Amino acid sequence: MRKANHFINVGLIIVVSTFILRLVFGWMFQLPYGPGAEADLDTLPERLSVFMGFVRPLPASAESVAIDVMFNWHFWMIAFLFALIMGLMLYSVFAFRRKEGDDTDAPHIHGNTALEIAWTVIPIIVVLGFGGYGWVELNRLITPKPDEMTIQVTAFQWGWSFNYPEEVDAGPSPVRGPVMMLAVDQPVLLEMNATDVLHAFWVPEFRVKQDLVPGRTTYLRFTPTDVGDYVLRCAEICGSGHANMLASVRVVSQAEFDEWVIATATTEPYSTMTAEARGERIYREGFGATGAPSCAGCHSVDGSVINGPTWLGIYEKTGTLDDGSTYIADDEYIRNSILNPNDQIVEGFNANVMYQTYAEAIPAFEAEIEGLEGDFDFDVIADLIAFMQTLEATE
Amino acid sequence: MMLAIVRFARSRAAHAIVSGIVGATIGGIFAWILRTVLLTEGMINAVKFLSGFALIPGEAIDTFHPILVNVLAAVIFAVHVMVGAGSGMGLFQDSRMGRFMYYAGASTYAWGLVGQVIFWLEGALLVNLFRVWSGEPFDLMAESALVLGAFFSVVGFLIVGGVMTDWFLWIGGHETPLHHGAPEGMPEWFRYFSVDVNHKVIGIQYGFTSLFVLLVGGIFAILFRLELSAPGLQFLEADQYNTLFSAHGIVMIVSILLGVGAMVNYLAPVMIGAADMAFPRLNAFSYWVGFPSFLLILAGMAVGGWDTGWVGYSPLALRTAVGVQLFMLGFYMSGFSSIASAINTIVTTAYMRAKGMSLFRMPIFVWAALATSLIQFTATQTVGVALTMTIAERALDLTFFNPENGGNPVLYQHIFWFYSHPAVYVFILPGLGIISELLPVFTRKPLFGYRWIALSSLGIALVGFLVWAHHMFTSGMADTLRVPFMITTMLVAVPTGVKFFSWIATLWEGKMTFETPMLFTLGAISVFLIGGISGPILGTIPTDLHLHDSYWVVGHFHATMFGGFIFPFCAAMYYWYPKITGHMYKESLGKLHFWLMVPGFWVMSFGQMSVGVIGMRRRISDYDPALGIQGTHVLITIAALVIGWSILIMIYNFAVSARTEPVAGRNPWGSRSPEWQAPSPLPEFNFDVPFEVVGDPYDYGLEDAIYTQAAPAPSGD
Repeated sequence: MRKANHFINVGLIIVVSTFILRLVFGWMFQLPYGPGAEADLDTLPERLSVFMGFVRPLPASAESVAIDVMFNWHFWMIAFLFALIMGLMLYSVFAFRRKEGDDTDAPHIHGNTALEIAWTVIPIIVVLGFGGYGWVELNRLITPKPDEMTIQVTAFQWGWSFNYPEEVDAGPSPVRGPVMMLAVDQPVLLEMNATDVLHAFWVPEFRVKQDLVPGRTTYLRFTPTDVGDYVLRCAEICGSGHANMLASVRVVSQAEFDEWVIATATTEPYSTMTAEARGERIYREGFGATGAPSCAGCHSVDGSVINGPTWLGIYEKTGTLDDGSTYIADDEYIRNSILNPNDQIVEGFNANVMYQTYAEAIPAFEAEIEGLEGDFDFDVIADLIAFMQTLEATE
Repeated sequence: MMLAIVRFARSRAAHAIVSGIVGATIGGIFAWILRTVLLTEGMINAVKFLSGFALIPGEAIDTFHPILVNVLAAVIFAVHVMVGAGSGMGLFQDSRMGRFMYYAGASTYAWGLVGQVIFWLEGALLVNLFRVWSGEPFDLMAESALVLGAFFSVVGFLIVGGVMTDWFLWIGGHETPLHHGAPEGMPEWFRYFSVDVNHKVIGIQYGFTSLFVLLVGGIFAILFRLELSAPGLQFLEADQYNTLFSAHGIVMIVSILLGVGAMVNYLAPVMIGAADMAFPRLNAFSYWVGFPSFLLILAGMAVGGWDTGWVGYSPLALRTAVGVQLFMLGFYMSGFSSIASAINTIVTTAYMRAKGMSLFRMPIFVWAALATSLIQFTATQTVGVALTMTIAERALDLTFFNPENGGNPVLYQHIFWFYSHPAVYVFILPGLGIISELLPVFTRKPLFGYRWIALSSLGIALVGFLVWAHHMFTSGMADTLRVPFMITTMLVAVPTGVKFFSWIATLWEGKMTFETPMLFTLGAISVFLIGGISGPILGTIPTDLHLHDSYWVVGHFHATMFGGFIFPFCAAMYYWYPKITGHMYKESLGKLHFWLMVPGFWVMSFGQMSVGVIGMRRRISDYDPALGIQGTHVLITIAALVIGWSILIMIYNFAVSARTEPVAGRNPWGSRSPEWQAPSPLPEFNFDVPFEVVGDPYDYGLEDAIYTQAAPAPSGD
């Protein structure tokens, strides 16, 4: 009879601690954070997933709701298995430890075939069940949805650019930029390429992830469901700048998205702008279809240091290089610093941080714009210098 | 000719030369430091200022200071050479330092290092011969020169270290009887610093080196954990951080492989009643090829590092700094160690078991060793291919993985993980074997379901070959491949589950005592459990899409490695320490180690998983403070420091206990296993009287059940 008591005790312990553990896991993974924190939890699964403590960051895509339900099942299983094994182990430790003065061996039990078959077959069924569940959910994730919008994503060391080929008729200028704009509830298909090494697309709130592979196109589908600002983070080690390879993702209403498309597509052509304005635009928007990163990613105009020296008051500024020599930031120096970034490294900064192939990207960009706008002699670096001349440091 | 070289190598003169070179290296480093410091402008000005009081004009200092410094450096250098050469000849024996230098200079480590440097130069010069010939500038640091030099250097370590001497003598047709005991004229302890063929000596060499390498990898980890305790970059640059975490990964893998080698080498032959491994010289080779390979990895950090992580994915590996070449070459060469020792273990268990020891009467650890060796023997070649292709692509301008030339980056991942996934089972199977081995002893109960546990090791080894692509669920491979790999991945849980359930059934109704080895065994089960249950969530693709390459994976992986290797390895070291040294260890310090490491690890593991879910990516030097995870990161760092300290306590315990603690006797644990029936420490050939197996290994609690008994003496006919 004492034997049966042990089983009843340990069974109770396992059941109780499964529930306790599930709540503990919920607490452990539910930290206040992020833009989704104010998201309205209108559907039952959303509310359930938060009640059960999973998962922050709060879901912000149609896919994440179903995935969170799956997370929930997994966490129940984790709680149960942890309670089962640890419960049995710790119970044995306390109930069966050697009593004072007892030096005999324990009972000679060397196996039980029925038990062994059971704990082989039942796990097989459970894991195959989870495998099948995963299969069904994966199918849902990769099935094309009606009226998907295609967005071309390009990743490079170390930044992102986004192009909206379906909006090509919206105006004279192409719709693209370094910020990912999404319309809420509009399913998207990402066509993704990398220009140099592997990168990976991950917005934690959307729950899905996909590598970008140079030389091939990879795809990712999701539907953003909550308006807000998110951060896209590269999740595949890609070199020195990996940790800071971020991009903003803005989910806005359909109306706001359409406004943005029109505004971007009807931007004034480069040819009619002043040199300073052209320079500022290149500084902010980058180098067109070449995908080369914009200057604004690494150089501030307000005196703060991002990855490179600030541009505030940079024109004809003097300073020290890392080899100890001094420089004057005249036209020649600036031109060379853009085309051959490693030639001159300002003291306190590192070589190889700057994008290395502007010497290829800039002529390509010039040719692209000249081709689009016709009869226009575009000199990107001269425009950038004209912009720099406007950035005088105020005392 | 062959004999003459060997005779010369064993002469006093040769020892003096090698010790002289070691002295020259150390002296050279000192002299270089001295010159660098004393010839700086600030130092010269200081000297001028001081000498002004002695009315020495500044111009004189300008002239004489460099001369004096150079003379001083030359003297330091010369003294080191002379002291080195002198101690190599056996002078200065009456001083402690002199004896230390004599033995250090005679050790295989010193000889091997000298050979490594000389051969490195040879390889680099050979490449430069062709460079100069084809009109390129002479450059010892050119990538091709580094690669060939590094490759030659490992061979140089082995040849000059004397690891391959017997094989060279065979080529010359000479007799080479196996030499047992210390080298001629050397004390017994010197065996551990020279090429020795005894499996127990090699096992201990593996163990020592494993702990040393573990400390190196641990220091790397502590450095970048301190960096991560706050957002932003504190004291490391991004490239240094990347090199550190990459090196941490591969250095720890080397450490684990060495630790596995330690356990398998020391235990497997004794447990099956063999006098030694089947191929003793190959066994020594397996150990000694690992050491220079490890040095190559460190050299890779010195020549510029690399930022690919230990996985070395292309195309990043093709673009990163040159350190990646030495890392890959070191990784590649240590593969020889794995393959050779696996062959040795398989043959030994197949042919050298004691009379009556059928497969299902082997101690359970031998099953684990066998399963591990089968994986090492069949899978290591594939990672060799992946590494060779990358090295060749960089050094010889071939194309395999670079998409710009038509290569395929995903191909690398397939070849790489075809080894590297089974490799994690190489790391954990021996540890799981240790858990199964120790539980019956401390519960005084038979191992529950012996056959199922034995076969589950083989089951894990087999299924482990079919799951590699789960590392690539987001890589862009076809969806038709993702689903089958999801199913096979989930199936690995089954044989692992069998082990857990059998352990629990062994504990149930066991009359447990809680000495340090038992504590570590229970700790191993709890930690491996964390690793195990955090796995299926990564195995199903929809949930993996969120967690892939996040800190959840880091937590999961470290839990499997600690539970599957570190904790059982500690348990094994405490458990067999009396057998190895003949003395007990300090129980109090052992318990302290345990009670520091278990909570430390739990905090670290759950912390890593928690920040991973929230959005912390793997392999980043800096994180977004908006994630609100700094507090957790501080906890993880503190936990890492606690774990580091607890390991140091263990090493201290082992270092002093052999001298201060009481003699252990043959069988302090009351085990039925054959090695505990022999004296401690074990004699040279393990069993002076051979034994035969007449019963089952784990029949605790059964009256009069005998496992082994002395074999009847062979009849003299």
